[in-house]
Amino acid sequence: MRHDHLITSKQLSRGDIETVLDRAAEIDADRAAVADRHAGKLLGLLFFEPSTRTKMSFETAMKRLGGDVVDMGSVESSSVKKGETLADTVRVIEGYTDALVLRHPKQGAATMASEFIDVPLLNAGDGAGHHPTQTLLDLYTIRENAGLDDLTIGIMGDLKYGRTVHSLAYALTNFDTSQHFISPESLQLPREVVYDLHQQQDAQIREHESLEEVLPSLDVLYVTRIQRERFPDEQEYQKVAGEYQIDSETLEAADDDLTVMHPLPRVDEIAPEIDETDHAAYFEQAHNGVPVRMALLDLLLSDAEGQGGETDE
Amino acid sequence: MSDDHDHHDGNADHELRVSKIQDGTVIDHVHGGQALNVLAILGIDGSEGEEVSIGMNVPSDRLARKDIVKVEGRELSQDEVDVLSLIAPDATINIVREYEVIEKHRVERPDVVEGVLSCPNRGCITTGDEPVTSRFEVLEDGVRCAYCETIVRDEIASLIETN
Ligand SMILES: [Zn+2]
Repeated sequence: MRHDHLITSKQLSRGDIETVLDRAAEIDADRAAVADRHAGKLLGLLFFEPSTRTKMSFETAMKRLGGDVVDMGSVESSSVKKGETLADTVRVIEGYTDALVLRHPKQGAATMASEFIDVPLLNAGDGAGHHPTQTLLDLYTIRENAGLDDLTIGIMGDLKYGRTVHSLAYALTNFDTSQHFISPESLQLPREVVYDLHQQQDAQIREHESLEEVLPSLDVLYVTRIQRERFPDEQEYQKVAGEYQIDSETLEAADDDLTVMHPLPRVDEIAPEIDETDHAAYFEQAHNGVPVRMALLDLLLSDAEGQGGETDE
Repeated sequence: MSDDHDHHDGNADHELRVSKIQDGTVIDHVHGGQALNVLAILGIDGSEGEEVSIGMNVPSDRLARKDIVKVEGRELSQDEVDVLSLIAPDATINIVREYEVIEKHRVERPDVVEGVLSCPNRGCITTGDEPVTSRFEVLEDGVRCAYCETIVRDEIASLIETN
């Protein structure tokens, strides 16, 4: 990849995405071949917000490449608690490591942090902003199950606050896809995201309040969680949440080949009875985090090395 | 500006309201009510001893009502002029030396403004204690934070950093 940092899925071209996904497929097919590839390298994990899953997936990926991780630990136990700025933290940890992974509650945190450091930085979520590595594993899963061109995808749930949704929507505009966004009115895509999507030529985007009208035409249904705390009162939440839950009855109207995805954890958006059907791809999706992050780390770390005169390819 | 009253050597009425300056900058055709924001965006608050005259809601053929800001002893840089375009897109800048207008130009919208506006998004990394200068991309109809990507279309003047 040409990039030193991965901050947002907007920076990824179709070629970039294919490079990562192809590499992930290679790695997935033969993990032993890369087992020592980055021996001696260290990845810094800076998680200013708890995320066991994303963190463990990066940790696994780095260790499977023969490297290791250093972990800032929880915010409570670190110097951040004493008021150290993010800019200072990344400049210090940069000196220990070959690449950094950052999760931070503030939007734009990864962009800012990348301006202070030279080692590659991977954005693992910045507030309501971006989550590009999630997007890449989503795309990998979609490609495996339905292909990325000539694709009709429904993205449903909390589209307003869901950074994974925004990242995915941007990335999908690189492909021949039509995107249907399904949500309660109060959780529609932010106007800024719609603005960006419409900036993309040929982006086919439609918004709906009901799943019914689009379900039969979908190849993929990407479900996200509607969070209780977004609603002023419990009753409002119950009214809305129920409409956006998937069970086998809902899926009767769907194509047999429909792939159902969810960036987990789920609460009750997808009934457990779906887990055993051919529709369910969400556990596979979660597992894909490892080969995709291995591919990304491999590309970034090999690039960084290449600049120093060593060759990898 | 044949389409407008010229306040330097024309209409004596207006001349009385906003006095001539010897050397400095006259910012004309500011939309009515924006004069104080123009000063804010330029960081002029009089504390440096600058001599500033302001005409507010002066009749104008072109804008119906316009503001005029005259700053004695200071010639604006192109950067400052560009930033003015965000709140005064129709402004004309007159550089005055020895009571004569020696240069006159319109503002142009820059691609980016740095360190001028503060982000209204409280979840934005630039609103904390980080050592970062705010940066906004200028869109056709607004500005957009380069960090959190929030778009602001109205009330840009209210984002002017005051410090
Ligand atoms: Zn911002």
